[in-house]
Amino acid sequence: MRVEITVNGQPHSREIEPRLLLVHFLRDTLSLTGTHIGCDTSSCGACTVLLDGVAIKSCTVLAAQADGCAVTTIEGLAGEDGLSPVQEGFRQCHGLQCGFCTPGMVMAATALLAERPDPTEQEIRNGLKGNMCRCTGYQMIVESVQWAAANGGAR
Amino acid sequence: MIGSAVPRKEDAALLTGRGTFVDDIHRPGLLHMVYVHSTEAHALISGIDAEEARSLPGVLGVWTARDFAGLPPRPSVPGLERGYLAGDKVHYVGEPVAVVVAADRYTAADAARAVRVAYEPLPVMATVADALAPDAVPIFAPLPGNLALEQQVTPDDVTADLEAAPNRLRARLVNQRCAGTPIEPYGVLADWAGAGPTVWATVQAPHRVRAEIAERFGLARHLVRVIAPDVGGAFGVKSSFMPELFLAPELSRRLGRPVKYVETRGEHMVHTYHGRDQVQDVEVGFDAEGRVLALDVTITVNVGGVPDPVGIGLATLTSYMLGGCYRIPKIAARFRSVVTNTTPTASYRGAGRPEASFLIERVVDLVARELGKDPADVRKVNLIQPDEMPYQTPFEGIVYDEADYPAALDLLLGELDYAGLRAEQARRLADPAAPLLGVGLSTFVEMGGFGPTPLFEQFGYLGGWESANVRLQPDGSVIVLVGTAPHGQGHQTALAQIAADQLNVPFEAISVLYGDTAVVQEGTGTMGSRGMPVAGNAVRQAAAEVAAKARTIAAHMLEADADDVVPIGDGFQVNGAPEATVTLAAVAERAFKPHLLPEGTVLGLENTAYFEPKNLSYPSGAHGCVVEIDRDTGRVSILRYVCVDDCGTVINPLTARGQIHGGVAQGIAQALYEKVTFDGDGRPLAASLEDYMVPGPLDLPPYETHHIETKSSFNPLGAKGLGEAGATAAPQAVVNAVVDALAHLGVRDVEMPCTPERVWKVMHDAS
Repeated sequence: MRVEITVNGQPHSREIEPRLLLVHFLRDTLSLTGTHIGCDTSSCGACTVLLDGVAIKSCTVLAAQADGCAVTTIEGLAGEDGLSPVQEGFRQCHGLQCGFCTPGMVMAATALLAERPDPTEQEIRNGLKGNMCRCTGYQMIVESVQWAAANGGAR
Repeated sequence: MIGSAVPRKEDAALLTGRGTFVDDIHRPGLLHMVYVHSTEAHALISGIDAEEARSLPGVLGVWTARDFAGLPPRPSVPGLERGYLAGDKVHYVGEPVAVVVAADRYTAADAARAVRVAYEPLPVMATVADALAPDAVPIFAPLPGNLALEQQVTPDDVTADLEAAPNRLRARLVNQRCAGTPIEPYGVLADWAGAGPTVWATVQAPHRVRAEIAERFGLARHLVRVIAPDVGGAFGVKSSFMPELFLAPELSRRLGRPVKYVETRGEHMVHTYHGRDQVQDVEVGFDAEGRVLALDVTITVNVGGVPDPVGIGLATLTSYMLGGCYRIPKIAARFRSVVTNTTPTASYRGAGRPEASFLIERVVDLVARELGKDPADVRKVNLIQPDEMPYQTPFEGIVYDEADYPAALDLLLGELDYAGLRAEQARRLADPAAPLLGVGLSTFVEMGGFGPTPLFEQFGYLGGWESANVRLQPDGSVIVLVGTAPHGQGHQTALAQIAADQLNVPFEAISVLYGDTAVVQEGTGTMGSRGMPVAGNAVRQAAAEVAAKARTIAAHMLEADADDVVPIGDGFQVNGAPEATVTLAAVAERAFKPHLLPEGTVLGLENTAYFEPKNLSYPSGAHGCVVEIDRDTGRVSILRYVCVDDCGTVINPLTARGQIHGGVAQGIAQALYEKVTFDGDGRPLAASLEDYMVPGPLDLPPYETHHIETKSSFNPLGAKGLGEAGATAAPQAVVNAVVDALAHLGVRDVEMPCTPERVWKVMHDAS
């Protein structure tokens, strides 16, 4: 089947297998390997992307379901003026170690700040509860999101 | 730069989706390899039917054990050689039985599912008790029974000391099986394009992996290239020699195309090796003040269905560390490693040492309880004092480096407001509506800085040293090649900080490269908290040599005596002559101009250093945990978690904080949430992240971190390492707090993980 999906502002039209997962469409078909796969039960959130602005787990969505939609991945966040506030917050506050969960975590945090620009610590933890990190123990991720909230938010 | 909290060099790529993990790498003609895993815990394989799988379009082949009979076995315990795929029988659910290669990963998965394996069930022995029962049958063929190894670690017999002790108590402690669960699963991409393979793999020691691959294929090492690119967490579980490290290159050789294997999370939970899984039987003798006089320990380790060369002996390290940070004159330790029908066990963050720290910290609390004393006071009478350092433990070769254990405990008690907490605890006890409060202490010491060589070669490594090559570029910028293979620790940043200080160049002008055997000189790798204490010193040493040579060249350029030349902002100056300066860039360029150098000067500005540590390092500290327990549900909430860590010199406070947080998080996870379980038939009950409780952001508390900086005298940097300290300290801090909250009910122990169900049951059984 053919799908038309706009990814990071760029339209793509591709012939795909109907069972192709969105995460494999991004990684294998479009070579956008920033979106990662950490599990097979929609538990870890490493594959989180924005689908029409909403954070979703791209391992649980068929590429076919994204037909006609706009997807934003980690590759689409930074602009010509540098890292997005969330990305910069993670850098400033050491919100990442190995970096594998990071793209999903950054996308989930971006979606959270779009909805709630000035979240409390509890709201940040709640907003990221679909994402697992095995390196940081989360506190520095919380601080990273707080930094981003104070420095430009979800932009 | 040492001591600066600079943001990491690693982050820009990782934050923009430009990292390079194994599964991100594509090669032309790439094929995908998938395993067929055993669905049985113990069975004979009576047949494998792969006809349907082979007939699927896009499938290149299906291979079984006999197809790899010509390959020498994987790195194994001598005498207990293990192959790549199960042969006549399977030993645990998840053991690879066959391997499929197809043109794409979906087809490969389809084909793996189409392979039919016929099993003849054998009696399943999923627990140590079953495996050692009189009617048990041997699981792993080379062994006559299921006791794979029995070792007396100390010759001491403490029977008389225990008998002579005024008080004695016994305990059985369980350190449950955990899964490392890095968020990036294990992966390998092999491309045998020329005379040997290039292998990209999620490994912690690429040079060691190169040696093992070369040996299996009868190749000289220069023909094998192993690359550990960005690695998404490892925690020890990526140091095991999984069969895919060898099968992917072999299949690439046979098929003439690159072959990639990336495990799924479901595979990771049953196929990649687990950690811990010890039962510890302890007897302790102590006096009326709580001084521990003698300790007798028997450790039983469940090593799973196919013994791993690291896993089978890990309890040696547990034994060495049994005394913790206490002056215990007599320790007797022995261990048994037992084969069961479960996934093999090997290293997991701390690898043997957290089990020791858990044991002795629980024992000290039990002693305090028995005597009706405060656990802090019992610790104080036992702690080794700073003037006793370096401290020779009862174990030969185990000598603790400099530390101030009492100061760490005092700082912790102050930060906790320990007296205030005890008052609050009493108040809550008297108020049936208030949740119970518990305070747990953990004064811990662990073992880091692995080597030295005589110890580390016992684990199959070439050495226990680490290497660094520091190379000034002709423009004065610097490339550092280091033999470690980090996976989140931030070596690009911390090692650049060390080099910057020695070379007097800006942090920004330094790049640190690692993880590629074709680029980096011989190296050892990243495990055992050895980054800063071993690699850090190698970088320091190599950089110091380069700096000394640069100074000599600068002196020649300034027509001065080298002793009169001093480093300034961006170069050198003749002492007391501000106009006589030369930039480092000019010196660096001069190093490549033979006709302008003093006769006999070796061209270039570079040095390679191999730093062999004189001793292991012993990171230590005191952690405290305050928990609240809901009287109705048994749910444990952590109110505060306070860390005092002594890792010696702190290179980067930001990344140090990250290492402590992450380690503590995994320790809390073991204490409250995680356990790999099997049913009576050996079927895994924690085979996904739905069933295995890796904590999320709502499950872990904020952490309060403090440092005491006692430099180790055994290495020039004074660093001790920090990667495993949190995971070593935390489980018993939490469990001691949980037991403390329930002590008024007569509760002496709560087994990990302290889930609401388990705590509720303990509370109800006690009251």
